[in-house]
Amino acid sequence: MLDSILFYFFAGIAVIGAALVVTSRNAIHSAVFLITTLLATAGIFLQLRAEFLFIAQIILYVGGIMVLFIFVIMLVRLDVPLHRLRFRMKSLVVIAVIAVLGAEAGAIIYLARKLPGQGLFIQNMAPPDKLAPNSEKLAESLFSGYLLPFEIASVLLLVAMVGAVVMAKNKKRTEEES
Amino acid sequence: MMSPAHYLFLSLALFLIGCVGVVTRRNVIVVLMSIELILNAVNINLVLFSRIFGDVAGQVFALFIIADAAAEAAVGLGIIIAFFRNRETVLADEMDLLKW
Repeated sequence: MLDSILFYFFAGIAVIGAALVVTSRNAIHSAVFLITTLLATAGIFLQLRAEFLFIAQIILYVGGIMVLFIFVIMLVRLDVPLHRLRFRMKSLVVIAVIAVLGAEAGAIIYLARKLPGQGLFIQNMAPPDKLAPNSEKLAESLFSGYLLPFEIASVLLLVAMVGAVVMAKNKKRTEEES
Repeated sequence: MMSPAHYLFLSLALFLIGCVGVVTRRNVIVVLMSIELILNAVNINLVLFSRIFGDVAGQVFALFIIADAAAEAAVGLGIIIAFFRNRETVLADEMDLLKW
């Protein structure tokens, strides 16, 4: 009972926040609503007993990436992009295609009830105590089976950091100085 | 306990809202935010199936996706700043440097 109340609470916040991200005209409002959605998603992670990802989501996404977004929104002048949200004809076609795709995927998930053994509507997932020391298990898996991808991810982050610095550096000013 | 289909529908809704944001918004920063929404929807799916199968591999993948999202946001926002410095705009309609 508590589980379903929590699920509907977090899921409602996430979906409403996501809709507001896409529809609000001011980019800074979009950023704030995206933070709301990310926090609600973190709640969903916690409900799925993924404590480490819950923490990582809050620290990395909300504390890191979103601060970066808000910095850039404030650096870039905002009175220019305050145009009306225009749904052009092409966009309408694309939205129709996406709606059809969504209905299709939803129908597939719904019809999965007919799979043997309740399919996706099975009620008892793995018992919580089976995954109890979540961070430990995650670290064990990350540093044994997935060590190489982990190192590659660190190299990727390094390259992205260098790339972002090179991209955002003001070339004119450095030429004048030298 | 909620059934997996509930989480799948939530993830599907977030994914489609993100897709609509990517194709309809003109502000490139909001397009990047919609991409973050899409990545989050994928993360929900990965964590859900990691829970169902009692295997933490899905959560490891979700961690990699978060790292990837951080890299993508850093590079994307760097490109936006460089572009804004040259063209004084962040609207996707006016980004036509590669147009013949």
